[in-house]
Formats: sequence, structure tokens, C-alpha cells
Amino acid sequence: MLRFLVGRIGLLIPTFLGVTLVAFSFIRLLPGDPLDLLAGERGIDPARKAELLHQMGFDRPLWHQYLMYLGDILQGDLGTSFVSKKPVLEEFFTLFPATVELSLCAIFIAVAIGIPAGIFAAVKRGSFFDQTIMGTALVGYSMPIFWWGLLLIIFFSGILQWTPVSGRISLIYFFPQVTGFMLIDSLLSGQEGAFKSAVSHLILPSVVLATIPLAVIARQTRSAMLEVLGEDYVRTARAKGLAPFRVIGLHALRNALIPVITTIGLQVGVLLAGAILTETIFSWPGIGKWLVDSISRRDYFVVQGALLMIAGVVMLVNLIVDVLYGLINPRIRHN
Amino acid sequence: MPLLEIRNLKVEFETASGPFKALDGVDYTVDSGEVLAIVGESGSGKSVAMLALMGLLPDTATVTVDKMEFEGRDITKLSATDRRQVIGKDISMIFQEPIASLNPCFTVGFQIGEALKVHTDLSSSDRSRRVIELLEAVGIPEPKGRLSSFPHQMSGGQCQRVMIAMAIACQPKLLIADEPTTALDVTIQKQILDLLLKLQEESGMGLIMITHDMGVVAETADRVVVQYQGRQMEESDVLTLFESPKHPYTKALLSALPENATGDRLPTVSDFREFLESEAKKVSA
Repeated sequence: MLRFLVGRIGLLIPTFLGVTLVAFSFIRLLPGDPLDLLAGERGIDPARKAELLHQMGFDRPLWHQYLMYLGDILQGDLGTSFVSKKPVLEEFFTLFPATVELSLCAIFIAVAIGIPAGIFAAVKRGSFFDQTIMGTALVGYSMPIFWWGLLLIIFFSGILQWTPVSGRISLIYFFPQVTGFMLIDSLLSGQEGAFKSAVSHLILPSVVLATIPLAVIARQTRSAMLEVLGEDYVRTARAKGLAPFRVIGLHALRNALIPVITTIGLQVGVLLAGAILTETIFSWPGIGKWLVDSISRRDYFVVQGALLMIAGVVMLVNLIVDVLYGLINPRIRHN
Repeated sequence: MPLLEIRNLKVEFETASGPFKALDGVDYTVDSGEVLAIVGESGSGKSVAMLALMGLLPDTATVTVDKMEFEGRDITKLSATDRRQVIGKDISMIFQEPIASLNPCFTVGFQIGEALKVHTDLSSSDRSRRVIELLEAVGIPEPKGRLSSFPHQMSGGQCQRVMIAMAIACQPKLLIADEPTTALDVTIQKQILDLLLKLQEESGMGLIMITHDMGVVAETADRVVVQYQGRQMEESDVLTLFESPKHPYTKALLSALPENATGDRLPTVSDFREFLESEAKKVSA
């Protein structure tokens, strides 16, 4: 297992280098630079601009800038935002809990509904329920996030007025950040109604963000279960006189989970990409919205840092999935 | 009272091209301590009949039977829960592909112990002890160390021994062995057959051996049922069957055995074309 882990971590190094290169070049391919955007319509004196570019090191050759960037990363320095004047890493860790809270809630919804729906569809293959579940999953998968988000806002926030339109908690509540997770902090604050407010703010963005992963997980679970339910060992389990719940929930599901876990791991990338749109629609103060705002401001260091950190999170989750894969499937563990 | 009595068992499968009759009115009777062989070529409905008894057929199958009694109890009238008390405990089954029949995600100790957990009141430590005894009884070396082995870490023969241990865990009164040696090599086949017969003699359980191998029939069975295309051709004791087969299909099967060859070419069942065609007409009618 240790050798497997070391091998997987070794593979992360070239991937990480590739990400730094993409993050560095991506923002520089966009027209305009941070100084033009900061100066706004008033413009900036060319001599002053040249002086500032020199101070920031942007007048050096690109390869030189890249090497300096790499050197800073190795020292744990992702640079400072042009706009907020705060270190990128500090901003990231301030905003990251909001995205994690949203993503965890979304993946929880996707797994909690997607896996049982997939199992049910497989067990009742060809039935009305199967057709309905798979039809709904296809609609969910095909739904553009921004449109789906707006529809839900119009219906639940606008017409029914059940949920707030945006933000993480109502403005009437104020308490210090302890963990950065609004659900936990609101509980810790002891303020009446704070937790309920946090939940009501979280619910719509989570549902929107969960929609595509839910559809993918449900479809993957169904197809994996269908394959596994026809296996000889499932027949053996039934021949032992086990109850259908145990046969399906233990013997079949344990095997079907192997591809499903991989799918869930891959959905983390989809979730973070979806978070960018969802956070923008719901004004959710997470790294997705931060990244979008920083791209429009050409805040080079923030964009580079945010991309790098998001890629790091995806790589870490993939590593965890690989380890889980080995834990669930003994054949992989022993190989 | 026989241990198992089945009368006029019929099984039909729904297919895209209409219903397919897999079994057409077969009868079986097995007594305690008796070995019944069900023999026939692929598609003769040997396994389907036993899967119908075990309730393991897919939803596309329709089973009709005049009588299906185990120890005098009508199995068809049992609720699903009551039937599960019989299946796996009093009647157990082993299958053709031992490696595929064991769950790759669980240790063999867990899989054998699970049958005991469901059907007995043994404590966890007693179950572990019993699993070790069972592995020892089926001839697995170092049984204690094997408890935590996964199926992929064992050979096909060892997996079949584990399957047998699982099947006899609750001391069944009837064991069904569905071509238990087909997927194994010849030397292991002999060991597995000897093991099954030894266990059957020791426990006095009934044994139904499904096979297409007349050698296995001769070596193990007390009585034989010969099937062809879902219909019962002949039933007799093993000596009578080999010495004076009555039905043309049984004669065809026996003449296809290598040791019975007389000419340059080994006859096959398809050489008895006239008979096969007449049987096919009966089935389609």
C-alpha cells in the first residue's frame, strides 16, 4: 500500500508542474493587463505604467517570470492580490470553506439520492420507476447550470418565497468565523434562527450544484448494479437464503461501488467547475466567484493561485479515490 | 415420505420472440442419503429445474408445478421469508464456476460465516471456530490462516472446496451440486467428487448431482434422471441405466462414451437424427 501511495504521489509532481504552466500562461493570453483595468477609464501615464510594470516584474521575459513564479510557489508564496492587497493564500483560505461547504453539501445530496435511485432503477429494470429515474437523470444532466439556477430562484425564492436569493446567511446575524463553515459557525454562535438561515441559504445552490453529479452517479450506479446483479456470486448469496436487502445492499453494491467511487471522485472536478457558475448566480462568496471576479480584473496572482489550489484539491481527491478504490477492491490492494 | 418430491415441473421464459419452454413436466424424487444424478446435454433443463426449486430463476421465468414438497412441506406455499429459512439451510447448492461464485470483495471466512450468521444462533467466536472446522472438513490446508483469504488468492479447486464448506455449513438435508467439477481440471475433479460423496455419506444428506458427464454419474449416483430439451426421457437406478438403457436418447448418450466406441469414429447424439427430430416436433407441439 505504501509503495502504491508513493507511486501515485510521484505522478502528481509532473501534473502539478503542468498545472502551474497552464495557470501561468492562461491569464497572460487574455488581452489587457491589471494596470489598465485598475486605472479604469481615466487611463494611466505610460511612464508610470512602465515603472509599475518594472516594479511588479512584468517587464521581464515570460520564462523568467515563470521561473520566479515557480520559485515563489516552492516557498509557499502565491503572490499578493492587486485589488485587495492581501496574500493570495490568505484570501484562498478565507473563501475556501464557503466553497467546500457548498460542494460537500452538493456531493452529499448527489450521493444520498443518486446511489439509492440507481440501485432502485437497476433492481426494477425496465419498470415505470426505472424509466422515470433515468429520464429525470438525463434531463438533469442536460440542464445548463445557470438556467436551472435561475429557474429555481424564480420559483422558490421569487414565487414561493421559501428561500433567500443569495448570500450565505441573513444580514441580521453576525458572529465571528470559527471554522469558516457557516452551518457549524451558526450553530456555535448560539444565535436563535442563525442555523436555519444558513441552511435556507445553502439549500438552493447545493441542489443546483448537485444536479449534474446526481444524474451521473445515478446512471453509473444503475449500470454497475445491472452488471453485478447478473454475477454468479449474487446468485450464491441468494442461494444462502440471505434477505434481498442484504444481497443487494452488501454483496452486489460493494462490487458495484468500485466504478461508482471513481465516478464520484471525477465529479469533484465537475463540482468545482460548477461551483464557479453556481457561486456567481447565488452570489456565494467562495473561490468560484473570487476566481471569476479576478479574471475580469486581470488579477494575475489570484487567478494563478486559485487555479493552482483548485487543481491541487482535485489531484488530492483523485489520490483519495485511488486509495479508496484499493480499500474496496481487494484484488487491486493485493496487486 | 421422500425428502424431496417434485411433480410436473414446468418452466417458461419470456423472450423477445415469445415464451420459451425450458422445462416441460419433469418429476424428481430424492430420499435422505440418496444420490440422484440429473444428466443431459446443455439446454436440457437440468440446472433450470434446480434453480426453480431454489427460487433463483430470474423474473422472466414462470414456474408451474403440481407438487413441490420438501420433507412433506409444500415449498410453493411458503412465504418468501419462510422459504429463505429452508433455502441455504436445509437445501443448499454449489455451482459450476467456483471462482465466479464467490464474492471477490469478501474473505472466504466472512462468506462461510455469513450462512451461519443468517441461519444459526452461534456467537461470533463460535462461528469462527465452526468456519475453521468446515474448512478443515473440506480439506483446505491451514484453515485458520485461510479465513482472511480472498477468492482471487485461491485456486479453482480450493474455491470449490470453500463453496462446499459454505453449502454444508448449516448441515443441509439436501445438497444440490450443479456441475461441480466442470470448471476444474481432471485430478481436482476426482478429489471434489470424493469429497462430496464422503460428506454425503457422513451426514446422510440427499445429494442431487447435475452433470453431463456419464463418468460422474457412474461413479456417484444411486439413481439417474435423463433429460433432453426440457423433458424427462428416462429414470432408473444407475446399474439398470448403464446395463440396459430403455430410451433411445439414453442409448445415444451411452454410445457416445469413448469407452463404448466400436468403429473408427466416436458416435455423437446427433447421429440419432431421426429420434432427435421426432423429439423436437413433440417439444414444439
